[in-house]
Amino acid sequence: MEIINIALAGTLESSDAQVTVEPGENGIELTIESSVIHQYGNQIRKVVLETLERLDVQNGRVTIIDKGALDCTLKARVECAVYRSNGITENLPWGGVIK
Amino acid sequence: MINAVGREIPEEILKATGKEAFKGAYAYDNYEYTKAAPTVRAVSDPNRSKMVENIHEALVKCGIKDGMTLSFHHHFREGDYVVNMVMEEVHNMGIKNITICASSLGKANDPIVPYIEDGTIVGIQSSGVRGKIGEAISTGKLRDLAIMRSHGGRVRAIESGEVHIDIAFIGAPTCDEYGNLRANGGKSDCGVLSYAAVDAEYADKVVAITDCLVPFPNIPASISMVHVDYVCVVDEIGNPAKIATGAAKPTTDVRKIMMADYCTQFVINTPYFKDGFSYQTGVGGASIASTISLGKIMEERGIHMGLGLGGITTPMCSLLEKGLINKLVDTQDFDLGAIESIKKNPNHIEITASEYANPFNKGAYVNKLDFVILASLEVDVNFNCNVVVGSDGMITGAQGGHPDTAAGAKCTIVIAPLLQGRIPAICTNVTTVTTPGETVDVVITDYGIAINPRRQDLIECMKDVDLPFCTIEELRDKAYAMVGTPDAVKFDDRIVGIIDARDGTIIDVVRQIKDFEFDD
Repeated sequence: MEIINIALAGTLESSDAQVTVEPGENGIELTIESSVIHQYGNQIRKVVLETLERLDVQNGRVTIIDKGALDCTLKARVECAVYRSNGITENLPWGGVIK
Repeated sequence: MINAVGREIPEEILKATGKEAFKGAYAYDNYEYTKAAPTVRAVSDPNRSKMVENIHEALVKCGIKDGMTLSFHHHFREGDYVVNMVMEEVHNMGIKNITICASSLGKANDPIVPYIEDGTIVGIQSSGVRGKIGEAISTGKLRDLAIMRSHGGRVRAIESGEVHIDIAFIGAPTCDEYGNLRANGGKSDCGVLSYAAVDAEYADKVVAITDCLVPFPNIPASISMVHVDYVCVVDEIGNPAKIATGAAKPTTDVRKIMMADYCTQFVINTPYFKDGFSYQTGVGGASIASTISLGKIMEERGIHMGLGLGGITTPMCSLLEKGLINKLVDTQDFDLGAIESIKKNPNHIEITASEYANPFNKGAYVNKLDFVILASLEVDVNFNCNVVVGSDGMITGAQGGHPDTAAGAKCTIVIAPLLQGRIPAICTNVTTVTTPGETVDVVITDYGIAINPRRQDLIECMKDVDLPFCTIEELRDKAYAMVGTPDAVKFDDRIVGIIDARDGTIIDVVRQIKDFEFDD
């Protein structure tokens, strides 16, 4: 998928993450801010990159502001932001690329 | 060298501090030593006044100079003005290289951080620090090693001469012109002055600071005039609204209530739960809930607490009023109910921090505890607890009486929710050891209860008790399965602080925090 428009998913509540995706042309430009960066920074990056790869997103600026979200929450927020950037909010491929 | 809790204490730190590495919680039992003594200037001329106009005059008369050690107490908690007003004047006088030896420091003392940055303050010795002072230490702004001591450990350090206080500043809710100090009857009551007693007895100079001067004699005094050099009246020693708040409402958090119920069930199934038992608990939601639920069972079964100890909250005072506690023995008051109680109930009694917890006197109250209910930021699979350094490596808490009561009590129970957000409370290795696992008997979480394998007796007596027992490793594994295995925080090499064990040996070191970098 491509990132077409700027889109956002998630909140800044504790145990959530706010994910912003913006169009770009230089591969994935990922910025991560996290309240648990020291313990889970690498894990957060891994989960976000894997999710983008699964969605076949190759370009774009992705900004994560994490407040201690679990991996499942991070995945869901990234998926939601990418689909919103494509204007897709219905008939999502549950069980397909959205796991 | 590797100490008794498996922590590496670098040789250069042992050499620089003259300290030894931790050898075990009771390694210094029977230790003999000679106490330190202050230099005293006699007041025998009855015409001499102790009153001074302001902090500046007090500092001048006490001979303030570079490199001195100044002490403070923390009975005004987050409402304290005394530390800030004294340090501001010290700073204005251009004095440098001061060490602060406080019973604790909180966010109320954030304003002293610029004095750390400009070299007015170079050393901090405290039960702990929060807020910006913690950040300043963790980011390497303090010149000397910060030393974190338990409440009992601080008394030991002062009485044994490990630290010598040049000037003690003792904020007092009421004081007379000759220096009799009481914790009640003023504008900023704090209930007791327990932590300041050792400062009064061992500092060379003692300055009483009050915002309520009362007629002589202000007795019975928590701190007697025989220890006090000068009396200084200021507008406000603290913010009463932050010194003591109303009693915390009993928690409605079902997770905490469940842990409290587990705790009460555990307590009543031990052999120590019998008439005359002794008990201490903290101020956390689960601790307070467990006091309330235990009270109900005590009432039903007609079992009385012989001794209630510690930092006191309203629920303990309610049990005293109902006649369910014989003596409530107090070193700190956490709310207005506790302060009111000590004013009027003759069975609610103030003691000094030495009587409370000093491991080097001839026996402290903590040694007589059956139960202590504690909290902890982290507990590891060896039952070591961390109450000072956050899981992100930043100093953000205080030892308080944690290691003292854990060492003293027959049954030490730590209540901790398994997860705080994504951070697991039960882990493989705590960030910093503040309380040795050999003194921690039970860990209660919302996902299960682990008994320390050292306590086969407790495991045996819980055999037929219907509680969710498991091993501490199982608790950790449950946590890691949900949130993922955390990476160890990466620190800089520089050591910025040491964690003193009660006996003055080094139980762990705290390193400077490092900016996070992704792997590869």
